[in-house]
Amino acid sequence: MSCDLTRSALHGYFDGELGAAGNAEFKRHLEHCSDCVLEFATQDFVRDSLQRARLYEFAPDSLKLRKRAHLRCCVRPAASPQRLIWQWLAAAAALLVVALLVWRVLPGVHDDDDYQAELAAGIVDAHVRSLQPGHLTNVDSADQHTVKAWFDGNVGFALPVRDLTNDGFSLLGGRLDIVQGGTVAVLVYVRLGHVVNVFIWPTREPEVSARMGERLGYQWVVWQKGKMEFCAVSDASPAELEQLHRLFAG
Amino acid sequence: MNDLDPEDWLRFERLVLPHVDAAFNFARWLLRSRADAEDVAQEALLRACRFFRGFQGGDARAWLLQIVRNTCYSWLEKNRPRESMVEFDEELHRQPVATPESIAMAAEGRERLTRALETLPPRYRELIVLRELEGCSYKEIAAITSIPLGTVMSSLSRARRQLHCALVNPCCKEAIA
Repeated sequence: MSCDLTRSALHGYFDGELGAAGNAEFKRHLEHCSDCVLEFATQDFVRDSLQRARLYEFAPDSLKLRKRAHLRCCVRPAASPQRLIWQWLAAAAALLVVALLVWRVLPGVHDDDDYQAELAAGIVDAHVRSLQPGHLTNVDSADQHTVKAWFDGNVGFALPVRDLTNDGFSLLGGRLDIVQGGTVAVLVYVRLGHVVNVFIWPTREPEVSARMGERLGYQWVVWQKGKMEFCAVSDASPAELEQLHRLFAG
Repeated sequence: MNDLDPEDWLRFERLVLPHVDAAFNFARWLLRSRADAEDVAQEALLRACRFFRGFQGGDARAWLLQIVRNTCYSWLEKNRPRESMVEFDEELHRQPVATPESIAMAAEGRERLTRALETLPPRYRELIVLRELEGCSYKEIAAITSIPLGTVMSSLSRARRQLHCALVNPCCKEAIA
């Protein structure tokens, strides 16, 4: 290549970074510079090949899920040893309180100190993630039988899929999600524009009364029924979630 | 280092977390390994979360990718010190002129392109990845890589020449192997 512009302006032109005047000027140059024409064609070919090869690598789900739980645990202040002890005591005290009202889920992780907080975080994380484009449902159907049939083929437990249209909750579909490394089934409803995710998984824990809470602006309510544990999450009002809970539990 | 309060966290979630794919992809190409990229991207996200209070708004993707880049280079220095040091010797590897025809033969297929891209020194590879895979503007590239805006174009030109060279001329691989 003898034309110097093949190593400079040509790239700006190729990348659309020369601005209107620069573009026009280079275009004129292209009309009578065979070096640049050839180089442009080469660049264009390589770009096209790069695109076709789909080299972009998307983050694995494990990173996305782990990352969120991890970030929340680790953003805390770098504590002095003494402070750490207090934090530990506070965590232990909190754990004692919540243990009485526990909503336990995936067997085998109960020894984790931050279990409660992590589970709430995990559920709310999954809810937030589901709101991103393309993540809400694996099966789209307002028909409870279609959704149930899909779950029957994909999870090892029978799922109570409710049609709550008459009560103001329209069924959008369902999906499988991962909370704290365990697979859970999720029914997706919408109530006056608010997405409601109902997470469902089997449990062996004895039944306890329903619990509600709020995390990062999202309401959640958790309850058990017939060896199944349910957790509904939404930015709808607590009253609406409570209504959904009654519909499911009733 | 402080806890993000819920409001900051939501902001972080809204502005930064949508770019997890970009963070991972960038780390993967800088480190040439998915497994390492997963760890390093995780570390970078953690740093981003820690520094988020200092984020003044603006281009969150560029801000995050800058952190990913720094984290990657620190990781390379520690774990593969030779790799991060190698610069391409242009004089030694005067490329044969790449033409559309020679490139057409050489640039077909994902594996071939991956290999060629991975033979580039990281400082060139990152430019190709940011421009061609991530679609960054020159301004964003300058912000992410700390190259002066005025030299992004010529740096990209060099990186592209290296890529063409690696595609049509396998000897380039030996230069950094």
